[in-house]
Amino acid sequence: MPLTINVNGQDRQVDADPATPLLWVIREDLGLTGTKYGCGIAQCGACTVHVDGQTLRSCTAPVSAVAGRKVVTIEGVSSPAARAVQKAWVELDVVQCGYCQSGQIMSAVALLDKKRRPSDDDIDHAMAGNICRCATYQRIRAAIHAAAKQLA
Amino acid sequence: MSSSTSCPALRALVLLAATCGFCSAFAADLRSPDSFSGIADKTERSRALFVEAGKVIQSPRCLNCHPAGERPTQGADMHLHSPLVIRGADDKGALGMRCAACHQSANFEPSGVPGHPLWHAAPKSMAWQQRSLGQICAQLKDTRRNGGKSMAQMHEHMASDTLVGWAWQPGGARDPAPGTQAQFGALIAAWIETGAACPR
Repeated sequence: MPLTINVNGQDRQVDADPATPLLWVIREDLGLTGTKYGCGIAQCGACTVHVDGQTLRSCTAPVSAVAGRKVVTIEGVSSPAARAVQKAWVELDVVQCGYCQSGQIMSAVALLDKKRRPSDDDIDHAMAGNICRCATYQRIRAAIHAAAKQLA
Repeated sequence: MSSSTSCPALRALVLLAATCGFCSAFAADLRSPDSFSGIADKTERSRALFVEAGKVIQSPRCLNCHPAGERPTQGADMHLHSPLVIRGADDKGALGMRCAACHQSANFEPSGVPGHPLWHAAPKSMAWQQRSLGQICAQLKDTRRNGGKSMAQMHEHMASDTLVGWAWQPGGARDPAPGTQAQFGALIAAWIETGAACPR
């Protein structure tokens, strides 16, 4: 069934069952493979995207849920917070294996878009749904604080 | 065959226990308000009606989202919600980790994540976990803690609110709350009509 969804600022037409998980459409139909499949049950956060500025686990949302809304993936995220996060991530060499990092970055950006000076608690609560098997959590938190300083 | 299982009544019980589906349906039933008409004392009848309604109120489907603390629970065993989530300032999650990050407008069977358009935790003043049924009853009648609801509005909430109604359509392998929302609403209506007495 033809559907139009707005992804990274562009209207994209896809031929998909409305109940298809958004993640499948992003990766398979649109070829945007920066968003990762981790668990498929909203437990790991690897598939996190932004919809109307809020985080969304794209594995657990039907593509029909984003009709008329703005989806941003790791390929399209570009706010000042996103640029600060990118810089901090590189400077602190946050990434280890990297598989979870697009989800981590999307959650970090969503937090900093809304709160420029988050506390440790703010960070822990916002990032609690993104797991990292390499346990880069300390560097992630430090990088979010570093990005916040850049934004100040 | 042992002498105990040769007893027809016991054998019937063993068979009943073995038919899990039937037992589950039986355990999940709710009595009708009329079935309490044998209790002559109106206040005692009211209490008994609320105890019956309490089978719903204290089911995991309802208690999980009425946490006493910051974190909701999940599952029949009411373990802490995973991943870690908090109620946040508006009972809809933390900044950057909102309920709607995972819970969509309907149950999503491919992931097993439940959903409803108004998914949120009940406010702290409406916490049901770690409270007795009598304490919950008193809380439901207290307009300072029940969101300013009159008893008519409370009945409306229990009988018609669609988020309350999710408890009977939880999706996945979750057991629904006992009975139906209509039966639950009828019990609450009868409880209010008989004076809304609380269990001791």
